Amino acid sequence: MQRKMVTIDGNEAAAYVAHKVNEVIAIYPITPSSPMGEWADAWSAQGQKNIWGTVPTVVEMQSEGGASGAVHGALQSGALTTTFTASQGLLLMIPNMHKIAGELTSTVFHVSARTVATHALSIFGDHSDVMATRSTGFALFASNSIQEIMDFALIAQAATLEGRVPVLHFFDGFRSSHEIQKIEQLTMDDMRRMIRDELVIAHRERALSPDHPVLRGTAQNPDHFFQARETVNPFYMKFPEVMQKNMDRFAELTGRQYHLFDYVGHPEAERVIVLMGSGAEAAHETVEYLVERGEKVGVLKVRLFRPFSIKHFVEALPKTVKAIAALDRTKEPGSAGEPLYEDVVTAINESRTEGFMPFEEIPVVIGGRYGLSSKEFTPAMIKRIFEELEKDKPKNHFTIGIHDDVTHTSLEYDPNFSIEPDDVFRGMFYGLGSDGTVGANKNSIKIIGEGTDYFAQGYFVYDSKKAGAVTVSHLRFGKKPIHSTYLVNRANFIACHQFVFLEKFDMLKFAEPGATFLLNAPYGPDEVWDKLPRKVQEQIIEKKLKLYVINAYDVARKTGMGGRINTIMQTCFFAISGVLPRDEAIKAIKDAIQKTYGKKGEEVVQKNFAAVDHALENLHEIKVPDQPTSNIELPPVVPDKAPKYVKEVLAKIIAGHGDDLPVSAFAPDGTFPTGTAQWEKRNIALEIPVWETDICIQCNKCVMVCPHSVIRAKVVDGQYLKDAPETFKSVKARGKEWGDDAYYVLQVSPEDCTGCELCVEVCPAKDKTNPSRKALNMAPQIPLREQESKNWEFFLELPEVDRKKLRVDTVKDSQFLQPLFEFSGACAGCGETPYVKLASQLFGDRMIVANATGCSSIYGGNLPTTPWTFNKEGRGPAWSNSLFEDNAEFGLGFRLTIDKHAEQARELLKTLASEIGEELVDALLQADQSSEAGIHEQRERVKILKDKLKQMDSQEAKLLLSLADYLVRKSVWIIGGDGWAYDIGFGGLDHVLASGRDVNLLVLDTEVYSNTGGQMSKATPLGGVAKFAFAGKPQPKKDLALQAISYGYVYVARVAMGASDVQTVKAFIEAERYKGPSLIIAYSHCIAHGINMRYGLKQQKLAVESGYWPLFRFNPERAKQGENPFQLDSKPPRIPLVEYAYNETRYKMLTKIDPERAKELLARAQEEVHKRWKLYERMAKSLYVPESDEEVTA
Amino acid sequence: MDLTTTYMGLKLKNPVVPSASPLSAEVDVVKRMEDAGAAAVVMYSLFEEQINHEINELDHFLNSTSDSFAEALNYFPEPEEFKNLHAEEYLEQIRKLKEAVEIPVIGSLNGVSPGGWMEYAKKMEEAGADALELNVYYVATDPELTSEKVEALYLENLESVKKAVKIPVAMKLGPYFSAFANMAVKLDRAGADGLVLFNRFYQPDIDLENLEVVPNLQFSTPPEMRLPLRWIAALYGKVKASLAATSGIHTGTDVIKMIMVGADVAMIASVLMQEGVEKIADILQEMQNWMEKKEYQSVQQMKGILSYQSIKDTDAYERANYLRVLQSFK
Repeated sequence: MQRKMVTIDGNEAAAYVAHKVNEVIAIYPITPSSPMGEWADAWSAQGQKNIWGTVPTVVEMQSEGGASGAVHGALQSGALTTTFTASQGLLLMIPNMHKIAGELTSTVFHVSARTVATHALSIFGDHSDVMATRSTGFALFASNSIQEIMDFALIAQAATLEGRVPVLHFFDGFRSSHEIQKIEQLTMDDMRRMIRDELVIAHRERALSPDHPVLRGTAQNPDHFFQARETVNPFYMKFPEVMQKNMDRFAELTGRQYHLFDYVGHPEAERVIVLMGSGAEAAHETVEYLVERGEKVGVLKVRLFRPFSIKHFVEALPKTVKAIAALDRTKEPGSAGEPLYEDVVTAINESRTEGFMPFEEIPVVIGGRYGLSSKEFTPAMIKRIFEELEKDKPKNHFTIGIHDDVTHTSLEYDPNFSIEPDDVFRGMFYGLGSDGTVGANKNSIKIIGEGTDYFAQGYFVYDSKKAGAVTVSHLRFGKKPIHSTYLVNRANFIACHQFVFLEKFDMLKFAEPGATFLLNAPYGPDEVWDKLPRKVQEQIIEKKLKLYVINAYDVARKTGMGGRINTIMQTCFFAISGVLPRDEAIKAIKDAIQKTYGKKGEEVVQKNFAAVDHALENLHEIKVPDQPTSNIELPPVVPDKAPKYVKEVLAKIIAGHGDDLPVSAFAPDGTFPTGTAQWEKRNIALEIPVWETDICIQCNKCVMVCPHSVIRAKVVDGQYLKDAPETFKSVKARGKEWGDDAYYVLQVSPEDCTGCELCVEVCPAKDKTNPSRKALNMAPQIPLREQESKNWEFFLELPEVDRKKLRVDTVKDSQFLQPLFEFSGACAGCGETPYVKLASQLFGDRMIVANATGCSSIYGGNLPTTPWTFNKEGRGPAWSNSLFEDNAEFGLGFRLTIDKHAEQARELLKTLASEIGEELVDALLQADQSSEAGIHEQRERVKILKDKLKQMDSQEAKLLLSLADYLVRKSVWIIGGDGWAYDIGFGGLDHVLASGRDVNLLVLDTEVYSNTGGQMSKATPLGGVAKFAFAGKPQPKKDLALQAISYGYVYVARVAMGASDVQTVKAFIEAERYKGPSLIIAYSHCIAHGINMRYGLKQQKLAVESGYWPLFRFNPERAKQGENPFQLDSKPPRIPLVEYAYNETRYKMLTKIDPERAKELLARAQEEVHKRWKLYERMAKSLYVPESDEEVTA
Repeated sequence: MDLTTTYMGLKLKNPVVPSASPLSAEVDVVKRMEDAGAAAVVMYSLFEEQINHEINELDHFLNSTSDSFAEALNYFPEPEEFKNLHAEEYLEQIRKLKEAVEIPVIGSLNGVSPGGWMEYAKKMEEAGADALELNVYYVATDPELTSEKVEALYLENLESVKKAVKIPVAMKLGPYFSAFANMAVKLDRAGADGLVLFNRFYQPDIDLENLEVVPNLQFSTPPEMRLPLRWIAALYGKVKASLAATSGIHTGTDVIKMIMVGADVAMIASVLMQEGVEKIADILQEMQNWMEKKEYQSVQQMKGILSYQSIKDTDAYERANYLRVLQSFK
């Protein structure tokens, strides 16, 4: 039968089968597996049916723990059930996995294997998560390529139904989950044939049912548990055969024959590599290359890792094998070896002792680690491993792909070795996330994959920064199947979609001689050559590259495409790459446009067509001169004055040379210095704000809202401005408190600004004779860059305003405080970071932050450079991210330590009072630290104390010295998004609130899982469209504030900076001052709302004006004074909800998808607003006083 | 008493027609209009530019953040189909109204570009609209744009729609033409089946606090009806097209005045939005009371009796009118 060829990624391949052969799917989003759940949800929303003709039920749970519980329950009650997960998510499933396997329950979990967080989080791929499940009793089944993912998903399902051992089907996160390949799609018929209904019925018959009741999940005792546990053995012993049988059945259907262990290579190989996952593909390719050249080498691909069949394993190896390298994509510190190595050693030894070893001699086995966190695994490395196997005493427990200069585990290899054949097209495309480069390339792969008999592969490398994110697309096309599971590093086509990248990335080092270089430049064909940096010119000349240029942004503007140059650059690629005949390619692009945009309307289709036509007209080949002419040199990655560590380590990562860093470059415990973002000048703003001193009213609102802390204000005495750069602006400070000679200065950091324009939007000061001119106006960055950079440097050197003199509970004064969170990687116009920055200003010098995984942990802690920083005294926030689910508890731990240490310090003070001096001890113990001045004074006392302690000899004195800093009040902040607070971390959050301890919880509420791509959370509003709420969420948002208020002793505030910055500042101050748990829920506009981020604050205002987001504070302190603790800080709804909601795509798109439902949900949402407002109003009016006004303690 | 009238060839039971307003978005409300005596209903306007704008906007926000970040390849679910990208909801509303009420349903299309009109006009016809009203909401503020070009734009739009549909087509116009009567005649010759006079352009306001220009939607007031009143009087008998009066008509006697100057129908919205659609019954009752009192047998009998062509002294409508008004203050 003819099967369809499709170009899809690994996630889609797995989800495709899983959706067709299951009835219930319970998931929770986690990178890189989220798309599997999203596909399943989308297909079910579209009414796509499984092979039994029913639409599977897809449910999003509150955590992976919850998902696995639901899966367990659904399985136990008889539904065919699956889930998709990775990394920590898989770890959270482990308890249920033991149960599911212990009960011999047929299921397949599909896992895009991802690094488990250790010294750091990594979203990328390795097998550390899968290996952590070895003891659960799940079969571990690895697929190595996109075709295998689809095939194995089905084989696994068939095998688990027959053998009753649950299967964890895994493939490499990103490398396989996100790689696009052309594959043959299995048909419904294939699946019906593989899945036997009698086994499905048997599965149902084993289910719990009141119609034939049984009991499971008993508690057992020492006398019988053991025996009962051994009952499963026959199933595990049989399972490899069951799996092989189903592989054979599959082969009969499709012609693709798999084995438990598949060998590729010389039939008389002496050296063999054993591994599983995508690396096996690269090894496959390399082995074929080496065998052709006469080498006796081979690779054994492990498919079924558990149950491990020793018999099948040894039989699959050539009898001639002398040396084996077992490669693990995981690390188990302290073990005798990594899991696959240990199994290989055991297998060979056991086959020998049991007398069925087939080898001519006992092979040497060495183990090695490779590819952690998606580290590249290339033919060069594989070749090197084979070379090692030739040695008399090959290195065991080696690493490959890194330079280990600490324990010298690594094998050094020649990175220039390449086996890429000439007949494969290998392209690299450098683009911005926002310019559509990746989307266009995905489209090109589809065109080539589905329209020709070429095989196609696409892999995409993304930035960790969200603003100005860079993408690099790696594409291969060829006549033969592509096994190259590594990045293109010898390209015959390179496209640079952003001219500025030429200064940032050495992309031409990847160009092969004679390659084609396509450049999007804002210059005409006659002038572009001279605008290229000298190094780029030299590479073009030396490598004899063909240079093509287009001004794509100009074409985009003229054809109504705005900033999207995707279609234009795609057209150019097809026009000059020669992958397809030009006319054929153009027709294919237009067909694809029709297909992609057709449903969005003729207007969109036509403008894309116009872009195609204009692209061809504006594409020029440039005649390359013989000699370079340019004097443009590449700027240094970081300034010369950057600290040593930044220059030697972080700069390498910034420049894309992180792979070259040796082990010794890193601290062994995951520790990094703070304050490093300042050294990475990203220059991503096209325009920056310019200050007009004559209009400014010095309100500091711009400083308050700046998401990246790039606009700052100070007041300084005139003497400091004497040596100011010529263009440095200042104006007499308003307000008598500053004195006569005080100047207000407002400065922008041009190279750190993202150009979001929030500051311009919030600026209330307008030119009286020209109201369109504000005190801040945007102007092009490039002409201002040099001048304003100098001004910024000068500004930073100016003294900070004395904290003690500021009324920090006002907007204006709070914004004279130095932000200790700056230049983060958050989106331009981010709605979260202004709150984070505010906290850092108010409390940063004594703040410790527990940060839940999510956007804030990524923009807050993703290398190379990080935004949390320190002041001139060296004080600043200490920050850490533990996990997603445990953040509140993690932060509570900080509090427990601080309280304990402070208590011990006080105890020791008392013990040592006579030696230290009673007066000082008294002052230290009685200190009032409720103000900045009080904290300052206490710090001075601690300084004196430390000096005294250093003079003292006793053990107590030494201990007190180590604890003395705890005598100064510390501020514990527990920060995260709504996914954490409302869903996965809610249990912990609730418990921490209940604990009564002095912690501050800041919920940055974007109302969806922003970091993983907009999945519904319990904070998602009624009527809002999100992933897993395709048709608009039918339930209202959970009122987390009200839940917290119910404790009575928790400070709770709901804030929205765009609606009331005054209330926001007050809430932060009160929350921190309150000596118990505080919860601030902050409205955070987000790109996941589908808005122009420039108007984020306006949306916040409308949210409040519509009554959707009432502002309030619940302060238990007020109750103690006999006042109502609940204060409503916003006015009754003034505008209908629709005027707020329908400015946002998340709401409005429903009117386009399903107008009837949109109307209904909007009406219900409006009703909800009224109801909730009435409730709050009643709370604000009632004279509520708690019965007891006793001090709340833990 | 015979209140019937004919508008663009449609036989109407009386001359009171609710004009385009959000009221017609609800089937129930339109049924109540019919029950109260409305002779036909003009639907709320379909804004052609808005449709295109929203398609582009949706495309932008669904795609511009895609494929930028490894953990989030996109931020929104992409539905298999959009049921309402191309005004399907509006067209469905025409269908629903046609099923729910007996009175004619007139579709209203608002836009300026020549291209977009035909497609939606055709779709409205297919959905069952009895007639169309084209609302050329165009404010010609460009000093380089000549009156010829502006007029040509209106004519092109009309002609393209007339080519596309068989049902009658009315043009709803603003009064801002240098030679309005001539423009009306041109449209008449180009095939307009009706002229709806006048469109009330929403005039902006100033927010003094923020020094901003702000849109300002206000209901019509009775004095505003003088403008259509004069021009209908002037056009009656000079054009084949039916004449519909709109702006500031709030009472039964207002309707009668409009009929007397030559209107075939009087269109009302503001008063219905302020006082409820049941007001139609009051207006009709007031008309009948007046007609009874003055012994008029039919609407036909009153039609145009105070138009230019019926009265001898047209000065009252023209400059002398202006002088008289001024003098009346003395």
